[in-house]
Amino acid sequence: MTLAEALELSPVESHLHPEGSFDLADHPVPTGLEEIWRFTPLKRLRDLHQDAPLGGDDHTIEVVAAPGVTAVSVPAAESARGASGYVPVDRVSARAWAAATTVLEVTIPAEAVIDEPTTIRVHGGGIDNAGAGHLLVRAGQFSKAVVVVDYDGSATWAENIEVVVEDGAQLTFVTIQDWNDDSVHVVTQHATVGRDAELRHVAISLGGDVVRASTSADYRGTGGSVEMLGVYFADAGQHIEHRLFADHTAPRTKSNVEYKGALQGQDAHTVWIGNVLIRKEAEGILTYESNDNLVLTDGAKADSVPNLEIETGDIEGAGHASTTGRFDDQHLFYLQSRGIPEEEARRLVVHGFFNDIIRRIGVPALQERLVASIEDELAEHVGRIDA
Amino acid sequence: MATLEIKDLHVTVTTEEGEKEILKGVDLTVRTGEVHAIMGPNGSGKSTLAYSIAGHPKYNITGGTVTLDGVDILSMSVDERARAGLFLAMQYPVEVPGVSVANFLRTAKTAIDGEAPKLRTWVKDVNAALERVTLDKDFAQRSVNEGFSGGEKKRHEIAQLELLNPKFAVLDETDSGLDIDALRVVSDGVNRYSDQGDRGVLLITHYTRILRYIKPDYVHVFVAGRVADQGGPELADELEANGYDKYVKAAAEASA
Ligand SMILES: Nc1ncnc2c1ncn2[C@@H]1O[C@H](COP(=O)(O)OP(=O)(O)OP(=O)(O)O)[C@@H](O)[C@H]1O
Ligand SMILES: [Mg+2]
Repeated sequence: MTLAEALELSPVESHLHPEGSFDLADHPVPTGLEEIWRFTPLKRLRDLHQDAPLGGDDHTIEVVAAPGVTAVSVPAAESARGASGYVPVDRVSARAWAAATTVLEVTIPAEAVIDEPTTIRVHGGGIDNAGAGHLLVRAGQFSKAVVVVDYDGSATWAENIEVVVEDGAQLTFVTIQDWNDDSVHVVTQHATVGRDAELRHVAISLGGDVVRASTSADYRGTGGSVEMLGVYFADAGQHIEHRLFADHTAPRTKSNVEYKGALQGQDAHTVWIGNVLIRKEAEGILTYESNDNLVLTDGAKADSVPNLEIETGDIEGAGHASTTGRFDDQHLFYLQSRGIPEEEARRLVVHGFFNDIIRRIGVPALQERLVASIEDELAEHVGRIDA
Repeated sequence: MATLEIKDLHVTVTTEEGEKEILKGVDLTVRTGEVHAIMGPNGSGKSTLAYSIAGHPKYNITGGTVTLDGVDILSMSVDERARAGLFLAMQYPVEVPGVSVANFLRTAKTAIDGEAPKLRTWVKDVNAALERVTLDKDFAQRSVNEGFSGGEKKRHEIAQLELLNPKFAVLDETDSGLDIDALRVVSDGVNRYSDQGDRGVLLITHYTRILRYIKPDYVHVFVAGRVADQGGPELADELEANGYDKYVKAAAEASA
């Protein structure tokens, strides 16, 4: 039985929710013309989307589990993967599913309230042997926890992540892509959110040559809430792509998607796709999605596509916004008129731009680290841009 | 004593139809210890003068000079002018999302003084400056001008004036949009600043109302991009009684 059957959802004719399949034959090699691939530089994926072997093990995964949280690596065949209802929606995901030999299962017991983050550090030891991973995070009923996945080093990495937030649980799930410049990372994430449960999903994407992160969320009960926050910073030549999909499968659910990105340098490219589907049974839902891009130099390009499909007339609210702009001269003038040198003024404006998302991450150590990372990114360029 | 001297200043803005001259030869000298009021009708170029002094990129200087103690400021960047001792309280202060007032003020103070203010006294100074203009100290944690009411923005400008304490302050319609209590608060702030003695004020206003609280030494009538008349405080009374009509007519005839 599929999740749709379990929830007795009405069928939807929507390109927003492709039929998933575990069978690789159902996922032909993309040509780049497909809607879901048209922004991605396939040539730079090192054949992850074709037939590159995914058996590489040049990476290390280190887990620091907070007290009370269990983290075990389970052979794929014996694992609980699929618990989120996820079925691979594209070829890379289907290939990663087939290739992963183990599943890292992180479990937060029911009713456990754990402030300390659980961190999973994925360290890439080289780009030549592509690898595949699978992570399953389960937050038990009424639990409260923070899980952080921290990527660094060099890798060619295809990955599936499943997140199950059971009834009444509150989970903050963070990914930090702090890869070296040569990494390629294609990750598909799916979260399912229980009755009155809350997921705060945070994506921070700074490094890598190509990062493509597709994240979807649906709801298993009424009153569930998903917040997806994203911060990205693309430098010269980098391709950073976030594809978000909030699938309102239950009444009175909420989704709030807010991504902000900055771009600098020749051929820095970011893509943000914000899809929201409000199904017939999803009455009284509230959704908002926004994406703002700050283009710091010439030669950089931000694509931003919000997309809302509404199948019911009875919603509480639905909105979206997308902006792409350069430095606002008025901001710079105001700050400079108080004696603040231009370079410093630009840095203040960029930090300010990201600030309202960063301060909502809710993990202080992470917020500080992120502010420092943005400072490092800025050190490269902002000082020498002409207005 | 310091002197801000504006000589035969010509300024254009770029419009779709080409360059449009807004300032048509402005002469004005302000010395520290003096309060000058500039009064004029809407669209006469008062804000253009203020922004041109501050260095706003929208305005093109096509002739004339502006000097501070003989030093050309027109060749300086916006921030260099501020560090040289100029301050502009804006008619429409700009909202800067995500930058807290506290961070903004500390960064500005550090830039102006060339060194970071002493942490312990600085927080007190900021709170006191906000309190003097009746802004709650919570404002320090808010984003610069974001969501501030019109009056709060103006009071925030005056708090900055007091904290940064420049040599010369250009106040562009700081009185507009203020209720009578806020007008008094703002005027008190300007008076505290100018009462230091060695500070100069260029007070741009459309109405005489604020001149009940701030006593100018000189009044300049600004019409059609020029100083059309000047005199002592009594000129303000005359404007109050008769308005700008006679100057506007004269300017229209002159250009006809
Ligand atoms: N970009 C522009 N294109 C055309 N005209 C402009 C432009 N910018 C300014 N102006 C004109 O310049 C003139 C002077 O404007 P300015 O804002 O300096 O006037 P002001 O005296 O400050 O008026 P107010 O009392 O309304 O504040 C106005 O007529 C205005 O319309
Ligand atoms: Mg004006």
